[in-house]
Parts: sequence; structure tokens; C-alpha cells
Amino acid sequence: MDAFINDRKNQILTKGKDDATIACGKASVAGSVSQRACVFCGSRVVLYPIADALHLIHGPVGCAAYTWDIRGALSSGPQIHRLSFTTDLKEKEVVFGGEERLYKALISLIETYKPKGAFVYATCIVGVIGDDVEAVCRRVTRETGIDVIPVMSEGFNGTKKDGYKIACGALAKLIGTDTTYEAPEYSINILGDFNLAGELWMLAEYYKKMGVNLVGAMTGDGRIDDIRKAHKAHLNIVQCSGSMIGLAKEMKEKYGIPFMKVSYFGIEDMSDALYEVAKFFKSDEMMEKARTLVKEELSVLLPALAQYRQKLEGKKAAIYVGGAFKAISLVKALRLIGMKTVVVGSQTGNVDDYNLLKEMCDDGTIIVDDSNPNELSEFVKQTGADLFIGGVKERPIAYKLGLGFCDHNHERKEALAGYEGMLNFAKEVYASVCSPVWQFMK
Amino acid sequence: MFENAPIIKSTKEFTATRNACKLCAPLGASVAFKGIRGCVPIIHGSQGCSTYIRRYLISHFKEPVDIASSNFTEEATIFGGAANCHAAITNVIGQYKPEVVAMTTTCLSETIGDDVKMYIHDFQKDSQLKDLPRFVTASTPSYQGSHMDGFHEAVSSAVKAFAKGGDKGTHINIFPGFVSTEDLRQLKYLLSDFGFQFVMLPDYSETLDNPIWESYKRIPEGGTPVSAIETCGSAAASIEFGTILNYGALSGRVKNSRLSSTGANYLENEFGVKNYRMPLPIGVKNTDRFVKALEEISGKEMPLRYMTERGRLIDSYADGHKYIFGKKAVVYGEEDFVVAMTTFLDEIGIEVILAATGGESGRLADEIKANCPERGEQILAKNMFDYEKIREWCIDNKPDLFVGNSKAYYIARELDVPIVRCGFPIHDRIGGQRIKHLGYAGTQDLFDQVVNAMIQYKQDHSPVGYKYM
Repeated sequence: MDAFINDRKNQILTKGKDDATIACGKASVAGSVSQRACVFCGSRVVLYPIADALHLIHGPVGCAAYTWDIRGALSSGPQIHRLSFTTDLKEKEVVFGGEERLYKALISLIETYKPKGAFVYATCIVGVIGDDVEAVCRRVTRETGIDVIPVMSEGFNGTKKDGYKIACGALAKLIGTDTTYEAPEYSINILGDFNLAGELWMLAEYYKKMGVNLVGAMTGDGRIDDIRKAHKAHLNIVQCSGSMIGLAKEMKEKYGIPFMKVSYFGIEDMSDALYEVAKFFKSDEMMEKARTLVKEELSVLLPALAQYRQKLEGKKAAIYVGGAFKAISLVKALRLIGMKTVVVGSQTGNVDDYNLLKEMCDDGTIIVDDSNPNELSEFVKQTGADLFIGGVKERPIAYKLGLGFCDHNHERKEALAGYEGMLNFAKEVYASVCSPVWQFMK
Repeated sequence: MFENAPIIKSTKEFTATRNACKLCAPLGASVAFKGIRGCVPIIHGSQGCSTYIRRYLISHFKEPVDIASSNFTEEATIFGGAANCHAAITNVIGQYKPEVVAMTTTCLSETIGDDVKMYIHDFQKDSQLKDLPRFVTASTPSYQGSHMDGFHEAVSSAVKAFAKGGDKGTHINIFPGFVSTEDLRQLKYLLSDFGFQFVMLPDYSETLDNPIWESYKRIPEGGTPVSAIETCGSAAASIEFGTILNYGALSGRVKNSRLSSTGANYLENEFGVKNYRMPLPIGVKNTDRFVKALEEISGKEMPLRYMTERGRLIDSYADGHKYIFGKKAVVYGEEDFVVAMTTFLDEIGIEVILAATGGESGRLADEIKANCPERGEQILAKNMFDYEKIREWCIDNKPDLFVGNSKAYYIARELDVPIVRCGFPIHDRIGGQRIKHLGYAGTQDLFDQVVNAMIQYKQDHSPVGYKYM
């Protein structure tokens, strides 16, 4: 077991062997090569897809350079979110303060790009030198007439999860500011879908067919003005609950909007996401439409999946993703194509998530919180996995050891949600697991 | 449906950097430290620094890149990072059993005044562990200079930490700078063919470009052993690629030759190891300069194989010249790369109309003039440029060709201009780490690509698509 850092033992369990509850929600151990990022990263990824907002990163160049256009989040119109703006602080500002530089940067960028709003991300160094980012934002709001929202996301100030909370706080400042809007009946917000490779557009289409109106997809193909209206929706549907559940809870408290947690990955979860909405609105007509939709989609999808299932039956998968809720869906989706999950873990799961995973998985499955390359490679070896599902940082581990890989994080450029997405997923898994190239690596 | 970002026609000065054409210092330092055998870099700061840098490097090298973090918390930020530093080293030693632990700082740890050297000293003093690894530290606050400053800082730190003096040997030191893993391998072949014993620092040709593994290697094979770095002080000579290096006038550090900014510089001042400093050997002229230095040091002539390589390259210059003469190119990336690439394009008859870098030395224009004496005056050389500045400039001065990393792809796509990908990072293609740039062979590859890019452009835009050149 020398592959594992001692302090981490209670963050790893094997179903059927260990009874203890997994430890999670802890800060990563110093010296680990954690796959997690920081508070800033958490805030940045959540707010990233708001496409008509200016996103200015206040700090030295790195934080902005490394987050330039890395997500697969698509916008149907403006593309300002894909640019990387930073105050690019130098030693001078670190010594004398960077407020003036921030102010000037904001003014010239807003003049030029005419965004509908702006987010200013405070990074580590800003927290240390004590720039009053909030005051600068207030001043620029006053002078330009657009909302300039401070996102106090100093990297050291907690974990990536804390960054999500801060992002939700930033959104909460916008929600409810359009006081004239009235929503049509059966109105929903979609929270925590980031429109990777246009997934939101597929989901919106499903809901439209059921007669459900989308007020705002909070961050997928996001627009400032839609977020302002979001308080008028009748229901919040939360996909990436790790990042957005805080906001959903706040909106429930403040505006009385109920919420439900859903997942759009795999047939079961996707279909449930539709049925649950119809149930919520207590409309038989809507339920009927949902059933018809699911039936139609499945009549195309299931035969198409069969050939992949035949090839993939009995293959083993390892999952290590950001959010545990996604991992749960993936276990089910893999089952649908005949695959068994042998390792499953996440960067930010909570106790409930891990308990559910433990319930779902077969004996012998390794469940892990906040892992690192050493452990992950050890797990896939021990379990003889044929496939790894993860993000960019996990990819080379899989390939180096000669197993297939499927990218399932926010950088992917393939739509994997919904029915169409399920087929894409099966195709991608098949293409990787069954590629002849692995013969040279076993 | 998809809109492009607005194009700014005014000459407005932006305070903000928009799509930076540079990265931060700890990234460069991490790459350099990856070139030491058995080394695990630790970034002393928040976790994001390490994760983002790993992600960025993985996208280019397509390799596992293990870089640890000391995972700063709020507490460490207030009370100092000593405990985190200590824990990080302990855990890295426990998990990786490294030969070398390299600690590189961040804006955060620098600003709160963490004394990493002292922390390590205390660690060594107090540790009960047997066989402690060797330690090296680099000071790399990200608000000083770019990733290249971090890279050179790490190289010089390693030299200062390990190099010893002694009786002059016949071996040489080579400081290749931040080039591709394939470039490093090519250099090693050339030096071996010349009959040299050499120390290359850094050498990440294997650590960041390993073959397939049977089981996960916590520390990939390859890299320069510390024992080799120790001999740098007794080498016959050093060859250092790059003329700008980390002499950034604006980076905030006091840098002059007495303070020995670079490894080669230090070896010259401290141990009298003669330093041959020259631009990266891209193009015939620059490579000739490198070969001449090797001939001078060894007293031998260039091996026949390279004579032939050179001959073939010049032969191809004749074959291809017509398709590229007078074409207008924009070159961008890190400073020394831009200087060398501009020199190469200049010698094959391509007009570089803009040479742009996010670097801050203030020396780019002078270096380009020095290396392109005839046309150098006409080349617009821009320090502290970002991609949006390049984009806006190019809208008005449409180039025929982009030469540089993949980050300008969005501009090339918008303008319908071919892009020859080279340098770092290559994020939108496979094989970025295997691109050859250096020597006659590297130049050959680049030349073919440049010419073919022009031919393909013509072909694609022809109404009929001719099948012959």
C-alpha cells in the first residue's frame, strides 16, 4: 500500500470489504498530486459559459492563461466568454496595489466589448495584497451602468467546492433584478448544465416538446438578462448538483422555487429528468408527451446501442470525475452497454453520493475520494479495467498503461447528455476499448 | 449564429492583457525540473497552480505530468507555509522516493515572504529519514516575467545547487532552452556523432515523452542526473541557446552578468567555463553557427552525415523558394524562439511583418536586427504583445502565414490564413512534443511545412485544384 499517502486511507474503500463510511470534503493533503484545482477554478468553471459577460481575472498572468477557452461550453451568440482577460499583475502592483490597474482594465474592456455584465475574479495574490475589489466593482458599476460583480475566489480560500459556492453567490446577485418579467406557465430554469458541445440545446428541445418553457439555463449558453429573470421560473432543475445545489437552495428560500436534482446521462436518468418535470407540473398531457418523446427516442437509440453492447459486454470501467453525481449516472450508463464499474471516484463528492455509489456498485468496486495519479493507476491495474473515464489529467494515465479512455469532463467537445449523447458515449467507448492499438501494449 | 469577438480598429491601449502570449514562471520552472533525473517538482502555493500547469503540459506532451502542490490553505497564507512545505516534502518522499525534490514558488508564497530555502534546511536538519533526496529551489513569482524566466531560473538554480569545480574535462555543457523533446533527442544524436561527452540541462526528452509503460511509473525514466550536473563546473565549454534568455529588463529582477542569471553564465563566472551563447539553431545560418562552435571546441569537422543533411536542406531551399518568396508571415511565441524563427524565415525569403511575444525583455527588436541585418529594420518586433493585439494588427495587415504555437489558431481561422504549428504549446494537434525545429534536420521539416502550407493554400483556393505544383 505504499502507493497511498497514509492520511488518505479513509478516503478509499472497497465495496464488500470495508464497512466504514468514506471520508470526503477534506482539503487535499500537501504534497499529493491531487487532480483537484482551487477555489478560483471552481468559480471560473461555473461562471464560464455566461457568454455575454466579461470575465476579468485579477491577478498575475497564469490563472487567466490556463483557463483560456478550455471548456467545451458553446454559446449560440456572443463569444466573449472564450476570451481570456487578465490584469496581468506585475511586481509594482503587488507592492503598491492593483486597484487602479483593475479599474482601468475594466473601463477599457467594457467600452470595447460592451458586455451585458462583468465578473471580476480575485486570485490568490489579490487576497494577500488586499485590493478592495468590491469597491472597484461598485465604482465601475456606477460609472458604466452595467453590473460588475466581484467573485472573491482566492485560490487558497478553501477547495474547488468553495469556489462553486462563491460563483453561486455571484449569480444570486443578478437573479431577481429584472422586476418586470412574468414567466409563462410551466417555466423552468436549468441549473448546472454547461452546454458542453451543445448539450443544453438538445435538452431544451426535449422540454419544449413537452410544453415546458425554459426561462434561463443559468450557465449553459448563459445570458445575463436571462439570469435576472430566473426568479420567476416555477421549478429549478439541477444537474451538476455539486456546483449548483447551493443556488437552488437559496432560490427556494428567497423566491419559493422548488428544485429537483436530475442527471442527463444515460437513458434511465435522462428519462427520469423528463418524467419528474411532468409529475411536478401535475399535467397528464405533459406526461403523455414525455412518454411519447422517450418512446420515440428509444426506438431509435436501443437498436443502435445493441451492436455496441455486444462488443462491450463484460468489459470493466474505471471512473474518476469531478462530481460524484455524474459518476452515479455513469455507472448506470455503463451498465446499459454491458460494462461493469470496478473503480469509481470523484474530486468533490459528499457522503450521500458515496453511499449511493456503494449501494449501486458490485462487490470489489473501489470507491475513492480526491485521488491522484499514483492511486488511480494502481486501481486500474489491480482491477484490470479496460476503460478509464475521466478528464484531461487522467487521459495520459490510461493511455500510458494501455487502456481505452473517454473524456467526460468540462473540456470535452462531444455531447454525451440525452439520448443522442448516450449513443455518442457508446460509440466513443466502443471506439476506444475495441481499438486494435491496445494489442501492442498488453 | 456564432459571433466573433469585436475587432478594435482604434489604437486604444488596453490595460488588461487579452489572450496572453505567455505563461507564468512556475510552469517554465516545472518543465525545467522535469528534465532532472528522479526529480519531483513541488509548486509551493495553492493547489490550482499545480493542477492548471499539469493540465496545460499534459495537453501538449500527452504524458502524465506529476507535479505536487503544497496545497496552501488560508491558514498557511496567514501564518506562513512552513508546515505545508514540510508536509509536502514528506509526502512526496514517501510516495515517490525521488532522487531530487525541486521546489518552485508562486506569487502567493513569494508575497507572504516564505523562505523556502530555510524550510528545506530545517527539514533536512530535523528529518529522521535516511537517504534524503537532493533539494533545489527556484524563486518564480508569477508577477515577474513569463514562463521563460521561470524556466531559466530553474536551470540556473539547479546549476548553482549542484555544479562543482575541478580539473578541466573534455565534456561540454549544453543548455538547450525550452525546445521540443524531439529537439533534445536530435541534439543528443548530433553531439554524440561529434564524439562529445556532454551534460544537457534540462533533458526532458524522455521524462516528458516516454514509451508505453507496463505499470505506472511514479517518476518516468530519463533526465539529467545530479551527478552529471555536478560536473558542469569542470566542462571544457558551455553552449547556451538563446540570446534573450531571462535578461528581462522589466521582469523586476536585477539581472546582470555578475549576478549570473543563467546556468552557463554562472559556470563562466564561477568556474571559468567558456560560454558559447547563440540563437537557437533554426535555419542554415543559425545551425552553421552552432556547428562552428562544436568544431571549434572539439577540433573536429562536422560528421559527414550532417554535411549531407545541410546539403539536402539547401537543395530543398532551391526547390521551394518560388512558392514562398515575398510571402508575409507573422511569427509569435517566446522571445528566443521568435528571434530564431524570424532569422530562418528571413533567410528563405519570407518577409516577417510582425514578430510578437508576450515576453518583456525589451530586447526583441535589437536581437532581430542583429540576426537579420538586411531586413531586420523593417520587421515590426513587439514585446509584451497578446493574441488580441496580434489579431487586431493582422486584420489590417493580412499576413499570408502564421508561424508559431497553436494558440493563434482562432486568428488564422478567422483570416483564412495557414498556420505552421511549432514551438509551445501545441494543444490542437497530436505530436507537438515531437516537432523538430533545431539543426539542419529540424529546419528541413519546418521548411517543407512552410512551403507546403503555401502550396496547399493556393491549391485549396484554386477553382480547379491543380494536381502538380
